[in-house]
Amino acid sequence: MAGRRQALKKPVKIVIDPVNRIEGHLKVEVEVSGGKVVDARCATGLFRGFEIILKGRDPRDASQITQRICGVCPTSHGTASVLCLDNAFGVKPTTNGRIVRNLILVGDHIWDHILHFYHLVALDYVKGPDVPPFVPRYDGKGIYKLPKELNDFGVKGYLKALDMRRIGHEMMAIFGVRGPHAHGLVVGGATVVPTTDAIVGYLWRLKEIEKFYDEIYLPTVYAVAKYYPEAFKFGVGCKNFLSYGVYPLDDNYSEYLLKPGVYIDGEDRPFNPDQITEHVRYSWYNDSISGLNPKEGKTPVPNLNKPSAYSFTKAPRYDGKPCEVGPLARMWVANPVLSRHASEFLGKKGEVRMRDFGERAFSVLGRLIARAEEGWLEVQAAKKWIMELKPGAPVYKKAEVPERAEGFACTEAPRGSVGHWIRIENKKIANYQVIAPTTWNVSPRDDVGTPGPIEQALIGTPVPDPKNPVNVVRVIRSFDP
Amino acid sequence: MSLSRRDFLKLCGGTAAGLSLSQMFIPELAEALEKKAATRPPVLWLQGAGCTGCSVSLLNTTHPKVAEVLLKIIDLRFHPTIMAASGEMALGVIDETVKGEKFVLALEGAIPVGANGRFCVIGEKDGKEVTIADAILETAPKAAAVLAMGTCAAYGGVQAAKPNPTQAMGAQDFLKKHGIKTPVINIPGCPAHPDWMIGTIAHVLLYGMPELDGYGRPTLFYGKVVHEHCPYRGFFDDDVYCKDFNDKEGCRYQLGCKGPDASCDAWKRGWNGGVNWCVRGATCIACVEPNFWDTEAPFYSNE
Repeated sequence: MAGRRQALKKPVKIVIDPVNRIEGHLKVEVEVSGGKVVDARCATGLFRGFEIILKGRDPRDASQITQRICGVCPTSHGTASVLCLDNAFGVKPTTNGRIVRNLILVGDHIWDHILHFYHLVALDYVKGPDVPPFVPRYDGKGIYKLPKELNDFGVKGYLKALDMRRIGHEMMAIFGVRGPHAHGLVVGGATVVPTTDAIVGYLWRLKEIEKFYDEIYLPTVYAVAKYYPEAFKFGVGCKNFLSYGVYPLDDNYSEYLLKPGVYIDGEDRPFNPDQITEHVRYSWYNDSISGLNPKEGKTPVPNLNKPSAYSFTKAPRYDGKPCEVGPLARMWVANPVLSRHASEFLGKKGEVRMRDFGERAFSVLGRLIARAEEGWLEVQAAKKWIMELKPGAPVYKKAEVPERAEGFACTEAPRGSVGHWIRIENKKIANYQVIAPTTWNVSPRDDVGTPGPIEQALIGTPVPDPKNPVNVVRVIRSFDP
Repeated sequence: MSLSRRDFLKLCGGTAAGLSLSQMFIPELAEALEKKAATRPPVLWLQGAGCTGCSVSLLNTTHPKVAEVLLKIIDLRFHPTIMAASGEMALGVIDETVKGEKFVLALEGAIPVGANGRFCVIGEKDGKEVTIADAILETAPKAAAVLAMGTCAAYGGVQAAKPNPTQAMGAQDFLKKHGIKTPVINIPGCPAHPDWMIGTIAHVLLYGMPELDGYGRPTLFYGKVVHEHCPYRGFFDDDVYCKDFNDKEGCRYQLGCKGPDASCDAWKRGWNGGVNWCVRGATCIACVEPNFWDTEAPFYSNE
């Protein structure tokens, strides 16, 4: 009866601004009726004008500049940028160069998954200590459900994860030169020529992290899944997935560790970048730039007086549809074999794959599990790649800046698909367009009024107590916006 | 089931025990620092227009580790990437801290002043947008000091590069514009090195204001030109240059290295626990210098 009584109550509007423990500035507004979210809007609060600043600069500098879009996933932008420049300059790195680039990117993925789960997400499930910055926090009956022993294990994991994340960053910097903001990514390849000590230093750090994934991270994620089974039921989202593919396994880029692909309306399709458009009806840009493919894209200084607008983020669409990007999208599209922890969790004797989770994958927990499992897969792959390096062999091919050229490339950041487009004229950048992962996930409504992936995922989220909308932030953080 | 600070410290076990600042200070000082920090100073860490890279860099601190920094050295009340709370509950922490005892204001990211500051909204209070400019105006006058963490907070950074579409600026210029007299320490770098950030905090706690150079940077970390101390300097003097990135036996000047324009100690400190540093692995972009995005570009040429 309580449900009926709640349903009869007036809808409540909840504004969460800032949504913390994410990268950047995000405001989320939800309308709650009958104890559930019935409408949601995501608004980003930051505009810096990267695409304007890039114009007229030396194209080679794009790999430095675009890394500053995100200090949590700089090497993903750096990788997209150097691939885009390779494409425009007409150069392909050596085998060693390709592998070094993979090791840089995978290093960042491996530590970022740890950061996301432990330092951004975990405090929504694991009750932290009663000192700032762990208090104040949402509190109330039924919010923190782990038994004391497991909660302590979670807190310990949080601390251990600080060390593991740092070590992962060191691993990345061995080939990326430093982090955040790697100097080791340049058009034509990489800058660090592998030496034995670099290979050994990378491998031993990786082994330490592998142990952490196996003994602490993965078990904790599945423990959270066991004690919060309801989180398999909300945060469903649009069920459309996009993955650009990441980690080329050969020098022709014909095979990837996680293959590119699109999953729309329950169907698998090949990925075609021409199907991408960006809408701005609800963004603070004049409507004249709406509906363009990024190749032709424009980004002017925002018009903050536009009445329909509520976000600085554009609304990218694939074949007109909103698409979720990130670990769940990649793992759903590629559907690789998961760790033994997944088999145990699903109660299966043999191997299990991402799609064996079925409908449960489309959820808050589905995203957290996909992310941890992807990290495990990446650790295994990195172990192989590091041994494929040839000490002393070249990592770089010199290429001149072209007079005129166009380039496009895409790759995957830990949190999702990142695409870069460039047009070069007179050896300078004439146009540079970026679609960051968060642009896909946090996108506002598009020109026909369809809400973005996180906005859709929020619909139906249970909010029994409007003062403690913890499930709302659980949904948002599962995307790592 | 809630954990007290004491329980938490116990849980931390090996992690929090044995504070060591040995990389920067003699060991006895670690104890002194802990004593000084017994009443750990409240810190508000605000993020303006930036990328969160300096926060991630802070997490890379090795001695002390970041858990020790949070538990034993400072009382971090507000930090958007780390704190548990969101929304008005989070913004309330700022109001409360400003009302209380002296606190340190750490700023990461620039302050865009175009469009009345609306290019960077950090939250909403009583139905009204709070911009980073609003938040600085509210907090900075009452702060004991402002620590500008990274090049964006110090000098405007990448968003202030030409044509600076959002009219972004660093803390010092912003405070001057508004007649706010709170001392500012610039800790530039894109990102700032964790030792530079923690080291400056430690210096303030132990000895007060550090000596600053003409750009407001502690000379302890920014007092020496990279090129003059670079291990590849001998190659430069002998005119031996790397032909490309595969070639490591030479000076990186002809690859575009900006070491001659950069003042910092990365040449001896290294990055990420010392596994590498900019000139060793690639080239320097002089990211500690004001306006380096304009004055030092293009980064891969010195012609």
